[in-house]
Amino acid sequence: MTNRISDDLLTQCMHCGLCLSVCPTYALTGDEKSSPRGRIRLMKSVMESRIPVTDAFVNEMDFCLDCQACETACPAGVKYGELVESARIFVESSRKRTSLKVFILRKVVVRRRVLNFIAGIARVYQSSRVDRLVLRLLNIASKNLYNKARQLPKVSESFSINTLPEVIEPKDEWRGTVAVLTGCVMDVFFADINKDTVDVLVENGWRVVIPKDQVCCGSLNAHNGDGITPKGLARKNVDVFERTAAEYYVINSAGCGAFMKQYGDVLANDRGYSERARAFSAKVRDFSEFLVQTGYKKPGAHTCKPTAYHEACHLVHAQKVSSEPSEIVRDVADKDYRTLNEATWCCGSAGIYNVVRYDDAVKLLNRKMVNIKNSGAEIVVTGNPGCLAQIASGAKKEGLDIEVVHPATLLSRLYKANGSQ
Amino acid sequence: MIGEKVKSELVRIFGKDGFRDSDEDRIAYSYDGTPVRSVLPDAIVTPSSVEQISKLMILANENKFAVVPRGSGSGLSGGSIPTENSVVLLMNKWTNVIEFDKNNLTAWVEPGVVTGKFQSLVESQGLFYPPDPGSAQICTLGGNVAENSGGLRGLKYGVTKNYVLGLEVVLPNGDVMRVGGKNMKDVAGYNLKDVMIGSEGTLGIFTKILLKLIPLPKTGRTLLAFYDSIAGAAATVSEITAARIVPAMLEFLDNPTIRAVEDFAKLGLDRNAGAVLLAEVDGAKPVVEEDLAAIEMICKKSRATTLHVARDQSEGMKLKAARRSALAALARISPTTILEDATVPRSELTTMVYFINLTAAKHNVQIGTFGHAGDGNLHPTGLTDERNEAEMKRIEEAFDDIFRKAVELGGTITGEHGIGLSKKKFLEELYNTPFVSMMKKTKEMLDPNFVLNPGKVVSVAPRCEGALPRSREQIDRVLSKMDNPAEAYF
Repeated sequence: MTNRISDDLLTQCMHCGLCLSVCPTYALTGDEKSSPRGRIRLMKSVMESRIPVTDAFVNEMDFCLDCQACETACPAGVKYGELVESARIFVESSRKRTSLKVFILRKVVVRRRVLNFIAGIARVYQSSRVDRLVLRLLNIASKNLYNKARQLPKVSESFSINTLPEVIEPKDEWRGTVAVLTGCVMDVFFADINKDTVDVLVENGWRVVIPKDQVCCGSLNAHNGDGITPKGLARKNVDVFERTAAEYYVINSAGCGAFMKQYGDVLANDRGYSERARAFSAKVRDFSEFLVQTGYKKPGAHTCKPTAYHEACHLVHAQKVSSEPSEIVRDVADKDYRTLNEATWCCGSAGIYNVVRYDDAVKLLNRKMVNIKNSGAEIVVTGNPGCLAQIASGAKKEGLDIEVVHPATLLSRLYKANGSQ
Repeated sequence: MIGEKVKSELVRIFGKDGFRDSDEDRIAYSYDGTPVRSVLPDAIVTPSSVEQISKLMILANENKFAVVPRGSGSGLSGGSIPTENSVVLLMNKWTNVIEFDKNNLTAWVEPGVVTGKFQSLVESQGLFYPPDPGSAQICTLGGNVAENSGGLRGLKYGVTKNYVLGLEVVLPNGDVMRVGGKNMKDVAGYNLKDVMIGSEGTLGIFTKILLKLIPLPKTGRTLLAFYDSIAGAAATVSEITAARIVPAMLEFLDNPTIRAVEDFAKLGLDRNAGAVLLAEVDGAKPVVEEDLAAIEMICKKSRATTLHVARDQSEGMKLKAARRSALAALARISPTTILEDATVPRSELTTMVYFINLTAAKHNVQIGTFGHAGDGNLHPTGLTDERNEAEMKRIEEAFDDIFRKAVELGGTITGEHGIGLSKKKFLEELYNTPFVSMMKKTKEMLDPNFVLNPGKVVSVAPRCEGALPRSREQIDRVLSKMDNPAEAYF
């Protein structure tokens, strides 16, 4: 059966326990079951048919944030992310019916037109007065639903995939061509960040291509028990991005970047695509990683406010990209740089985790907000749309005057500030 | 299995939230950091008071079930692996630092405090708690006291027992004993505190620990030296000792480990080097500078091929990267990693490392060795796959030879991991009879029903009452271990 969890990957765990010290869910419960080591043992027991797929098992697999902090701490190089993702696929395949979560991801999120349609409705709804009325009613009816509804960020005015031209030429110098993914969550909620990303790349002499027929990267599906949809999406993106003839694919969303770097593995057994997918993944760079590695213009201007950097899980743990974004933030913050305690800890956003496991996500968010408050930062920089929305909602809830920004926004703004001086 | 009556008693003592016995929970507490071994407990209890632990011990004696204490479960000798018919006593929620006495430089802590967190806390106050086992980020102080844990700073600063001033212990019969206190000198009666330290959870359960703190060293400098052979590194260690210098850290990697580290971390190490030696000196600045210069001279005299001296702390961290990634690099090579801790007097370092390399070749297994050169505490690390039975047998035989050799050289079978389940047979076989029999008598006197972590450290005669086999499975397990009766305990 193809859905089995790899025995080789499971056996690589030597159960030393070092993962326990960095696991956010173990920190919440202190329970071995909700640690990476415990979950691996549970997966092994299910694979060896010692226990069936019980509710408790499914719950532990879903409780995991898939933040992969354990991979950073693991001395034996256990590929935990791959394990928990394949465990979720196994759970899904052992069900009689597709779960609602997977159904929605499959039918809505990955279908650009459907997603934009629904987001369009949401935009109209948010800009009307109806949403305030609904919130007020929810506040009376259900505190839980009210909180969930309140954390939803505002839908973008317009989607960058529609407004940005397909090709944007740099002004004076010409260093090469890069292709940019606009993303699903990024575009629906943070279309401006895509515009900022393009501005910064162009400012640095790169010709930017935004392939209009690009599709969702597939990461949300892959992280939530759907082993099939992501393959189709990956193939489509390989086709589309190949045609741009770009030297690099610059991804400004940590979750998408991490997954696109894995396309080589995702399509490893696909004869027509395995080589091409590997070549694709080799070209993928996170936005900050790309700028620092290829060299970028220092803006010269500074944030002039206490600034801290929150490391998105899918950047620091999944992509092992940490020094580059932190270098950018240190440079622009200068004297105002603040060290964020537990900067590499998950904020609780974790893809759609803060929707499907709201209560757990809030506990992690609270922990993050305490650290942010203690750092004294007024600007928090982070490279993932999920984190941006999550931390912003945390700040709103706590009544903190904190701006949460993507490195692209920060750079773009400072370039402009410097240019206007 | 413990019966329903016992279960309902446990729920009564610990409350609904403090008792668990689902299959998932039992699986999650069936192992610790020890390779291969695991046994399902019957239940897991989480105490919130000393009284609850006392009651548990009384219940265990009345109903003849075993109690296995556990902190984070990172031990490497099986100390917190459950036994048949057992209840896991989970102490990891006891995380308070009860008192931080800056006048006496002591701290009362609960046993579940994580060692690394405690270190950061005291260091933020300019104080120092030196014992730092490799698992400091997750292991608990209670576990450290139970195992008498060591670490990288053992040579200069000693091990856990050198920092324990007092204990509150629940004895196997449920009595609560307090021993020691804030006095640096205290000779009132037998030194029972030290009997408890390193008892591996077989003589008592710690509920409070009083630790000694020392001032934080003012500065530190690090040096890394490469040698053609392990003999050169060993000569350096002897010379440093002869020069009356006690480094805070004196660590080494052998050639198989250097190769593994270089393959993994790409630090630019010479793959053909026979050995790497890492030294760190700490203390007041003038002394540190003087000691460092002397060590540099000694390295050159012992024909070190390359020498790196860190200018500051961040450079020091880079040099330490090679040593810090040793286990990670080795562990990635194969699925199953068996981290051992055979220890010899430091004068026998060369003999022992050569012997380990030869033994690995003889049994056709992969073993990389690194460890604490300064105190002779070696970590021969076996790389294998537990699914490969033939290789597992060969590696067992190799370690058998290694432990025998260590004892022959005047060393010991374990420097810091403990006996637990893993090394019981060597203890009985290689150590003198009065020593082993006194341990057994101590255990029998304090725990006549063998209810507290039974079958660890020393084997005790199986008792029939209440511990008769209850299933065919249990009988088969015993029969399959007849060639090793020491393991045959219900």
